[in-house]
Amino acid sequence: MACVAVIRFPGSNCETETMSAIVRAGGEATLLDYRETSLHGADGVILPGGFSYGDYLRSGAIARFAPIMDAVRSHAEHGGAVIGICNGFQVLCEAHLLPGALMRNDGQRFVSRPVDVRIERRQTICTSEYAEGEVIRIPVAHGEGRFVADRETLAALEAEHRVVLRYVAVAGADAPHNPNGSANDIAGICNAAGNVVGFMPHPERLADQTLGSDAGHRFFTSLMGRLVGAGAAA
Amino acid sequence: MTTTILAEPFPGERPITPAVVAEHKINDTEYTAILALLGRTPTLTEIGIFSALWSEHCSYKHTKPVLRRFPVEGPQVVQGPGENAGVLRLPEGWAVAFKIESHNHPSAVEPYQGAATGVGGILRDVFTMGARPVAVLNSLRLGPLEDARNRWLFAGIVKGVGDYGNCVGVPTLGGEVCFAPGYSGNPLVNAMAVGLLREADLATARAHGVGNLLLTVGARTGRDGIHGASFASEDLTAESEKRRPQVQVGDPFTEKLLLEASLELITGDYIVAIQDMGAAGLTSSSAEMAARGGVGVLLDTSRVPTREPGMTPYEIMLSESQERMLVVAEPHRVAEIQAVCAKWELEAVEVGHVTDDGIFRIVHEGRTVAAIPGQELVDGCPIYQPPAVESAEAVARRQQVPTVTAPSITDALRQLLDAPTIASKRWVFEQFDSTVRAGTAIQPGGDAGVLRVEGTDFGIAMTVDCNARHVFLDPFEGGKGAVAEAARNIACTGARPLGITDCLNFGNPQKPEIFFQFVEACRGIGEACVAFGTPVTGGNVSLYNQNPTGAIDPTPTIGMIGLLRDITTAVPSHFQCEGDAILLLGRTNGHLGGSAYWAEALDMVAGAPPPVDLDAERGLQETLIGGAEARLIRSAHDLSDGGLSVALAECCMGGPWATAVFGAEIDLSQHEPTVSDAGYLFGEDGARAVISCDPKHVAAIQSLAAVHDIPAHYLGRVTASGAALDIHRDGRAWSWPTAELRQIYFEAIPRRMAALGSVPGGE
Repeated sequence: MACVAVIRFPGSNCETETMSAIVRAGGEATLLDYRETSLHGADGVILPGGFSYGDYLRSGAIARFAPIMDAVRSHAEHGGAVIGICNGFQVLCEAHLLPGALMRNDGQRFVSRPVDVRIERRQTICTSEYAEGEVIRIPVAHGEGRFVADRETLAALEAEHRVVLRYVAVAGADAPHNPNGSANDIAGICNAAGNVVGFMPHPERLADQTLGSDAGHRFFTSLMGRLVGAGAAA
Repeated sequence: MTTTILAEPFPGERPITPAVVAEHKINDTEYTAILALLGRTPTLTEIGIFSALWSEHCSYKHTKPVLRRFPVEGPQVVQGPGENAGVLRLPEGWAVAFKIESHNHPSAVEPYQGAATGVGGILRDVFTMGARPVAVLNSLRLGPLEDARNRWLFAGIVKGVGDYGNCVGVPTLGGEVCFAPGYSGNPLVNAMAVGLLREADLATARAHGVGNLLLTVGARTGRDGIHGASFASEDLTAESEKRRPQVQVGDPFTEKLLLEASLELITGDYIVAIQDMGAAGLTSSSAEMAARGGVGVLLDTSRVPTREPGMTPYEIMLSESQERMLVVAEPHRVAEIQAVCAKWELEAVEVGHVTDDGIFRIVHEGRTVAAIPGQELVDGCPIYQPPAVESAEAVARRQQVPTVTAPSITDALRQLLDAPTIASKRWVFEQFDSTVRAGTAIQPGGDAGVLRVEGTDFGIAMTVDCNARHVFLDPFEGGKGAVAEAARNIACTGARPLGITDCLNFGNPQKPEIFFQFVEACRGIGEACVAFGTPVTGGNVSLYNQNPTGAIDPTPTIGMIGLLRDITTAVPSHFQCEGDAILLLGRTNGHLGGSAYWAEALDMVAGAPPPVDLDAERGLQETLIGGAEARLIRSAHDLSDGGLSVALAECCMGGPWATAVFGAEIDLSQHEPTVSDAGYLFGEDGARAVISCDPKHVAAIQSLAAVHDIPAHYLGRVTASGAALDIHRDGRAWSWPTAELRQIYFEAIPRRMAALGSVPGGE
């Protein structure tokens, strides 16, 4: 069984449901303290949502210096699976494992609501079980989710097909489809190899049909499929 | 014989004069009692301590005899009033801890921090019981949004509530926001927290074990919030702005660490007792823990970690710095406790110990600066039973009838949906994380929030409610009605009401007409709680919500918890399927007195509100619960503000982020012919709900309702997306395109807030 380490920074607050989603997808989840310096053999890593260090500075700006981050970086550089959700995405950008940055929402207010996102790329560690172009509805909850990057970076992300999730308008919805003013409606991106993925929406919060929808479940089954496959190949 | 126990002034402190006593809001009767208790002149530190614990906020000196009449017992009660939070029993060894509390006065002068620290305080009340906070709700009341200062207060309060709860990672599952002129200058911020625990892990705030140690855990003590409790126990005046430095500052990041450390200390059985340092800080936490355990304490304030040097014992005892806990522990566990706290990057510092002489004693650098008999300090404040007399104006107000011409039915519904009190609060709850922890089954925007209990099949439903206009017009019926509305909201989801917490917001109790409101509203609440079997498990009283322009509308906010046995049977509020049948449960008498229709469309807050029929309410609850358990009901929505027409419009418009809306074909012909059209469409008779169901279930629901003596009148059917709400009655017809209603309903608050401009009175 593949094991995924969920990193708890001081102020992380989505680690429990992230671990539950991994288990529901058939994986093993282990909680790792940010003061650790090794992943202890985990096959994949998730940086969960929350407010690391209160996000009193810029979101993720302090967490990037946590002792565990060297191990995360090394795992990513060796092709290992690394996912950042919400605050975790912010940490990955601050740590330069992903390009760009996440700024204060354009409405200046925290936004908590469901969004419709299109799966733009299946060749990643966590989206392979979705169809390309499939639109799913999962929640966002963030104050700093507006993705920004310079013109060249944005052009490269689009040209290299590295936008993983994009906010889209669906028929009948009357709230703005882009909840935060992100450039190019970007909700999530990956690195060139597709093994480091970050996104603002929270698939772990909607991964159980008893709560009305399991639209986010396949992020975790995709990841498990990938990790089990990699383990078998190794 | 009382032996005089000596204490000496701290060097440099002011001598005690009548002016100093008055400044601490201690009246002559109380000062005489203090002198008798001590047998000597108090020190300044002691005066400060008395002013906090004998404040209205801490002593309940005007309200205790009334509160004692609440029903507090039931087989489901694990912990009733008197602890940090009430606790009710759930299946499978689980229990729910919950409490509501006000933070009105601080929010009136510093909306962001006032509201934020209100959330922080109520979360601590719940996790000191050993419960993990899983939801928060809030009740916010403000003056009309046409006033720029009210918009500033509203924006700041909502941001403060959101930033704190979001950072700690507790979802907001519900709430209410009401606007009325009586709240201008006196906003109400009531926050409720809900936590889950294993009943076996219940912690208490009862100090015992002579020689056991007292430790402060969490943030350091600063000069913020000094005298917060006594500030909350007086009228707001033009001088109140100067109180801004007394408003505490919140740090939700430290709160999150403190939450995790506290739960680890409790569930790991490291400690004897724990209490939040809330209102009146170290004073109330230590004195109340000692009094509950019947022991004394000795605190050495010079050992308390402070943010700045040179703080006096007076300041340390009265600081309301946030995110602090007081823990009682056996001496040999201190090292382990400090290790747990260090893991969460927090300090745990020994500041005193439990004594056997019952004296509340404060020493500072070896000098005894306060020594007060502990039980009397907590329980000995003189109790007042002021006169309670309804004002002649209030009696006359109930007799008034409208004299102005009513708008058309079509326009009136539009006006009601555009009224911020009725309109969608999406602008508010989009700023609150409602899905963190991944247990949310029904989000804000419906009748009650519903949360799954992780690892089980059951869930809990929760709501906060109060129709303050009804309470204002008739405190007794309004008090009953607040409980009834909360119970209807719970039952609409299919859950069974279990118990309540209350936040009693009133004006100055020394005014007979205000105290009448308090006494009568409490009598109504108690009566409804007895009828529903939903005991009062605790709460909070906030008086002196009064400024030079007058008192607030009396607002006894009811927070209620319900149990949903099977989370998969949770019933949403809005219509779900084209072609479904629509039924009206309950009797329609067309009662318009005290209605939102009179208030919004006729600009008239008057008349007698509808009398509350508790038997009918119970029958309706049973019908809703039974129908949900049998999976007969596809949607259920209670009738409250605005009556039937507003409820039908809300059911058609769908939830806050709906992608499909519905219409409805309604025929009211030959039903209740003596009731006027306005009375039928806008009347606010209680004990009613609109439900929708598969047409094949109509007969089953009607016979279920008949068992409980509840009429279930067939109104019509749900029509397709893009349609309209069409109502016919004996040849008359009204029609509203759903898309147009949705626009009005969802834009009412954002449209007004878009005018947010310069900030009067702010920095």
